[in-house]
Amino acid sequence: MKSITKKSVFSMAAGAALACATFLTPVHSFADSSPRYTFAMITHGQPGDTFWDIIRKGANEAARKDNVKLLYLANPTASGEAQLITNVTAQHVDGIALTLAFPDAEETTLKGALAAGIPVVGFNAGGDAWKEAGLMAYVGQAETIAGAAVGDLLNKDGAKSVVCVDQQQGAVQLEARCDGIKSTFKGAYTILYVPGYDMASAQSRIEAKLQQDKNVDYVVTLGAPFAPTAIMAASMAGSDAKVGTFDLTPRAVTLIQQGKLQWAVDQQPYVEGYEAVDLLWLYLHNGDVVGGGQPVLTGPAFVNSSNIAAVAKFAKMGTR
Amino acid sequence: MRRQVVHQPLWKKVLKRPEVGALGGVILVFAFFYVMAPPFRQLSALTTVLYQASTLGIPAVAVAMLMIGGEFDLSAGVAVTSSSLAASMAATEIFGNIWLGIIFALFFSLAIGALNGYLLVKTKLHSFLVTLSTFLMLQGLNIAITKLVTGNVATEDISGMPGFNLAQSIFASSFKVGNVNVSIAIVYWIILALIGTWVLLRTRVGNWIFAVGGQGDSARAVGIPVKKVKIGLFMVVGFSCWFLGMHMLFAYDTVQSGAGIGNELLYIASAVVGGCLLTGGYGSAAGSALGAFIFGMTTEGVIYADWDPDWFMFFVGAMLLLATVFNGWIRVRASSGRK
Repeated sequence: MKSITKKSVFSMAAGAALACATFLTPVHSFADSSPRYTFAMITHGQPGDTFWDIIRKGANEAARKDNVKLLYLANPTASGEAQLITNVTAQHVDGIALTLAFPDAEETTLKGALAAGIPVVGFNAGGDAWKEAGLMAYVGQAETIAGAAVGDLLNKDGAKSVVCVDQQQGAVQLEARCDGIKSTFKGAYTILYVPGYDMASAQSRIEAKLQQDKNVDYVVTLGAPFAPTAIMAASMAGSDAKVGTFDLTPRAVTLIQQGKLQWAVDQQPYVEGYEAVDLLWLYLHNGDVVGGGQPVLTGPAFVNSSNIAAVAKFAKMGTR
Repeated sequence: MRRQVVHQPLWKKVLKRPEVGALGGVILVFAFFYVMAPPFRQLSALTTVLYQASTLGIPAVAVAMLMIGGEFDLSAGVAVTSSSLAASMAATEIFGNIWLGIIFALFFSLAIGALNGYLLVKTKLHSFLVTLSTFLMLQGLNIAITKLVTGNVATEDISGMPGFNLAQSIFASSFKVGNVNVSIAIVYWIILALIGTWVLLRTRVGNWIFAVGGQGDSARAVGIPVKKVKIGLFMVVGFSCWFLGMHMLFAYDTVQSGAGIGNELLYIASAVVGGCLLTGGYGSAAGSALGAFIFGMTTEGVIYADWDPDWFMFFVGAMLLLATVFNGWIRVRASSGRK
């Protein structure tokens, strides 16, 4: 385990100063003479969620390399995210990268952006709706395919009854994952909603589900921060259910190393953020459109005990 | 009309307690799920429900006392997360020692409470506005500072630090009753509710709290230190947030900096269901525990009953409404009882 005891107050002060400096340094690099664009990245991410932070790190890296100014905006509600599209359209940004988590709500305001001639690419959510909505390209994991792969894996592991833990009721990409699991998994399937990041509530609801249905032998969490909670819930409920998760966090990596978590389906969020910005840049810079009308797939990539060592070092850096 | 001193039998006095309605609600909801959901009848289900209730009930005891004192605290939900974050980051990044992190977080939480109270008495604004502001500021600070210090939006896993196991056994362990796991949070919750009840009913400070919330001006006139009582009550809420924050930190090892939002309303709801008036001067600490228990039974009961999960929140809301209406009905019957 990495040393987490940085004792000196000085080093912390230096770190904070450094962080401030990074914060204040403009993304624009003076050595580069290529034109400077302003892109907006709009997501439905909940603030303070590790997953979205990794996406943002990828996006920032691409913005740095492509010499682009990047505005990051997020709202986890359908109307809120739709409103953000109107806002950035009014600001005349040069390109928009967005998650199409609520296609119906975003459709109207999206039309305004497209009518204004702003190129729009989708990423992370909306793999089934992006073409219809008029987006130029889409980068992400085809969630239904990822779900189907999980269903196959559950069959192979001999699971009989699975509970799918959904932390954001109504978000299409999470539902697509569930639909994918249902399409291939042969055993019994139920869904359980938990309220955002309230871990105590999530734990007691998963516990309750495991006590209610003793046949459940596998819990699949749709977000990695819930994997440790599901493992604890299983132990509190005295259940032998195994746990697997979508997405990856440093904690999930540790749990896979310890053998407590069976696997994680990585959609490589860093790549999603990076590519979304880069696709816009390629289009404006050279008229390129990538994907050939198909989504640019970043997953599913399974992480389990066989390949955990290679992934672990990047996860520690907060980019996997 | 002449007031008479009427000696009432004990059962009538008990019926007039603020929490009696909530007790009726508890019995109703318990009976309902006992009949509807067979898995609800096992002992392990009761401990799961109690655990959910305890994580609402620990701050709710303090919030109930504050509400009796006539004030709200909307910042309590995120303040729990702030406290866990403060402990975790202070332990890993500043002190390199888990216990100093815990103590730092305690002072930090008490300071937030004191700040809430100080702003309230200085600005003379309604506590709704003051604590709404601190709620929003803390929400931003939780994410911004975590990102500044750790570079991520969740704190590092502290489970490898020396002292973690002892701290975990204090704040977040569980023990077995028969073959059922019981979280220690439940024990602390009950103890805190008992202490709160004792303070309110048996001490001078308790009398002050009722007086400050019911008749602030009269209280001041008879020499009660109204400002100190209010600031103190906010600090009690701060303490309860710290306590729950430590439980959350040591139970889940890492903290997502966006957590906690929305829980403040559940604490207030627990206090109100438990008999507190929104206007202050009336209520009960034990009642808040019953309120939290009703909420815990409702959310978990829907799962034990295996109702359609898409309707989950609807069922929770409907059950809560039913319990609250029933609770109010009992309270009215009890307090207007013929002599």
